Amino acid sequence: MKMALLDVKDLSIHFGGVKAVQNVSFSIDAGIVYAVIGPNGAGKTTLFNLITGVYKPTAGEIRLDGEAIHGKSPNELAVRGVARTFQNLQICLNMSAIENVMVGAHLRLDRNLVKAALRFPGLKKRDAELRAEAAELMRFVGLEQFIEARADSMPYGALKRLEIARALAMKPRLIFLDEPAAGLNPKETIEVDHLVRKIADSGVTVVLVEHDMKMVMNLSDRILVLDYGKKLAEGTGAEVRQNPDVIAAYLGAHA
Amino acid sequence: MLAQFLQFLFSGVTVGATYALAALGFTLIYNASNVINFAQGEFIMLGGMLAVFFTMSGLPLPVALALAIIVPAIVGVLVEKLAIEPVKGAETVTLIIITIGASLVIRGLVQVWLGKNTHSLPAFSGDEPIHILGATLLPQSLWVLGVTALVVIALWYFFNRTLQGKAMLATSFNRTAAELVGINTSWVLFMSFAMSAALGALGGILVTPITLTSYDVGIMLGLKGFVAAVVGGLGNGLGAVVGGLLVGVLEAMGAGYISSSYKDAIPFVLILFILFFMPRGLFGGKSTDRV
Amino acid sequence: MKKSVFTGLYILIAILIVLPFVIPNAFYMDLAIRMAINAVIVLGLNLLIGFAGQISLGHAGFLGIGAYASAVLPTHFGWHPLLAMGAGAAATGLLAALVARPIFKLKGHYLAMATLGLGIIINIAIRNEAQWTGGPDGMPVPSLGLFGFDLTSDKHWYWVVALLLSISVWASLNLIDSPFGRALRALHGSEVASQVVGVDIVRYKVAIFVLSAVFASLMGSVTAHYVGFVTPNLADFFHSIELVTMVVIGGMASVYGSIVGAVLLTALPQALATFEGWETVAFGAILMLCMIFMPKGLVPTLAAKFGKGE
Ligand SMILES: Nc1ncnc2c1ncn2[C@@H]1O[C@H](COP(=O)(O)OP(=O)(O)O)[C@@H](O)[C@H]1O
Ligand SMILES: [Mg+2]
Repeated sequence: MKMALLDVKDLSIHFGGVKAVQNVSFSIDAGIVYAVIGPNGAGKTTLFNLITGVYKPTAGEIRLDGEAIHGKSPNELAVRGVARTFQNLQICLNMSAIENVMVGAHLRLDRNLVKAALRFPGLKKRDAELRAEAAELMRFVGLEQFIEARADSMPYGALKRLEIARALAMKPRLIFLDEPAAGLNPKETIEVDHLVRKIADSGVTVVLVEHDMKMVMNLSDRILVLDYGKKLAEGTGAEVRQNPDVIAAYLGAHA
Repeated sequence: MLAQFLQFLFSGVTVGATYALAALGFTLIYNASNVINFAQGEFIMLGGMLAVFFTMSGLPLPVALALAIIVPAIVGVLVEKLAIEPVKGAETVTLIIITIGASLVIRGLVQVWLGKNTHSLPAFSGDEPIHILGATLLPQSLWVLGVTALVVIALWYFFNRTLQGKAMLATSFNRTAAELVGINTSWVLFMSFAMSAALGALGGILVTPITLTSYDVGIMLGLKGFVAAVVGGLGNGLGAVVGGLLVGVLEAMGAGYISSSYKDAIPFVLILFILFFMPRGLFGGKSTDRV
Repeated sequence: MKKSVFTGLYILIAILIVLPFVIPNAFYMDLAIRMAINAVIVLGLNLLIGFAGQISLGHAGFLGIGAYASAVLPTHFGWHPLLAMGAGAAATGLLAALVARPIFKLKGHYLAMATLGLGIIINIAIRNEAQWTGGPDGMPVPSLGLFGFDLTSDKHWYWVVALLLSISVWASLNLIDSPFGRALRALHGSEVASQVVGVDIVRYKVAIFVLSAVFASLMGSVTAHYVGFVTPNLADFFHSIELVTMVVIGGMASVYGSIVGAVLLTALPQALATFEGWETVAFGAILMLCMIFMPKGLVPTLAAKFGKGE
């Protein structure tokens, strides 16, 4: 059998008494769009935090290309091509918009302090190239009008996309998008929908948390349903939609 | 041997009690506002200096002492109203500079008005030392310890048994939630500055007969109070008390057994060790920053 | 945008060149030199506090190590002053690196506490080791011989520190606008966001802490040689606070703000000396007022007012 890109086994994390994620297992093949859905507080963001190294699991295993990555720090995962955005914006408001994107390329640059302080020409040249590259990425996510903007002057919807541009600047293999369309108006939501499609088409494996069901069904190859930290179901859109547990949970949650 | 140890212990817990009161002051303000009040030490100084000043000007002792607590409390409230409230949500460094500014103003004013001399207060119930197993204990030490114990009990009662106290506690856990349930958080801020200034002043008054006072004793006392608050885990009331006593005792032991000239360094060495090995203090729980 | 940043440097250099010819007397010359020395220290500290968002309340301690290395090593051991300066800087760097790892796992107030404690311990050690340091009274520092001639006249000193300042400003501007500098600013903006793009945040915090500590140490040595005398006050808590104040009043994360802060706060005590007895009150009141009405500091506040980014 072909090895999955990401393999999660019996993953759990507890905060005091709160079992935010409990014994969750699933795997994601390279090149697909994988969605994680579930009501608020189901543990979706926590799952992302676990896989991207922001939280350390209480138990369980996470493997990327077969290599155990649980317990590794976020920057070690970045090296392995894992990128993400945040549900609660994590934009550096002390920097310009384009610098936020340039930071995404951190690992691909010469970070030497001495060369930087002494203004080595090679570094400056690379920085200029990077700036152009970052501007290109901002166009790709639809932020051309903000290329010269300061981050703290941008509207919410634009900042959500700025996060995506920053993540893409890493040239990741695997990208985690945590509610990229939350708080956006219908027109922006459709744009983000297209954007996710474009990202997937460019060969990046996408893991998506989203409440907009139309978008989820549209985009995803497979869906994981979480409820109270537990895996409720997993499968294609059609399979998940027909799963009685999912129907019960969703009807229960919304009744 | 034992006598010497006891001697160091007595003097340690006595100063330690003052540190504990200062640390409680830090804790109160930190919980209410997330501010580390670097002027806390000046309230200790103010208590001692004002007690000296008011008794010298002929007021009866109880009145003088009451005033020496009330005036610093008013100063504390003024600091909060004039300097802390206007900059709500500012960066930590900014707040630190503001409270340091406040401490300089307080210290400077005392220096101008009351001079640079060192002063003492008569002990509350005489200087006749009490002999215990070969060590001596000053009656004033009993005052310090007794009053501190009473204060701790009173505070415990206040925070656990009264509505106002619970409101203050709730605010420290979650300000937004507290506001939502109708707690007046601005009143909470007011109270915590008044209370912590009063606590500091009280500590200052109590130890002055033993350690003497002058316009510039606030810096070190305040910093050590801060150490005590951090030793116990910032924001933890019980931790502040234990931290204060621990700092006081270790300082006295270190001064006695190791080197008296490095006495003032001991609390800071202690805190570095604690922070290196227990980054949240002795009683600070483990928690994961929410993302 | 990049152009306007370096314009400031050219203006600074122009001012530095003209200044000695318009300075009326030795008193102001001395003031100018001390301003420039402080400006270099504050530049380094601002990289740490303003750009990387980390607090240090103990930098005077590092300054003290440099100053006393330059006083003690040549006096008691006959070291060449430059060697002593280098040894001081190396020792400071080593100490800073050693404590920085555990320190920078801490945040906010815990970090403030740890750096404060470190500074105070250094200061107490200087005060107590009187057989080497002269204790509270301080000790004289031999003059600094550079390339065969003794740096003694204020004129010479002025050109040395002016050069140091210009280079530091240039290097700081370069650093900020580089991958290293962006990582620093990013971890200030969002630690978790910078981690997930690959920034090893503890490493960067340690690096900038060590760098700013070494800056402070070197300038401590310069101060020692320039003044010709060192006292423990150089390394005390109050001096640490003064340095932080210079950063904050001039403007956090502002290179030119660092210079403005250093200039103003070096001059302030002189200006306040006329308020006999009230200096402390006035100094404290000014700190509070500045922070209440300009929490971002002078240069950023003014820049925002006149609609020009730095
Ligand atoms: N750092 C944390 N500390 C304590 N509890 C947390 C933390 N992060 C998440 N939780 C808890 O974990 C549960 C799942 O939260 P989350 O993953 O954000 O849900 P979702 O993203 O599905 O809405 C919630 O009960 C939340 O309060
Ligand atoms: Mg979520």
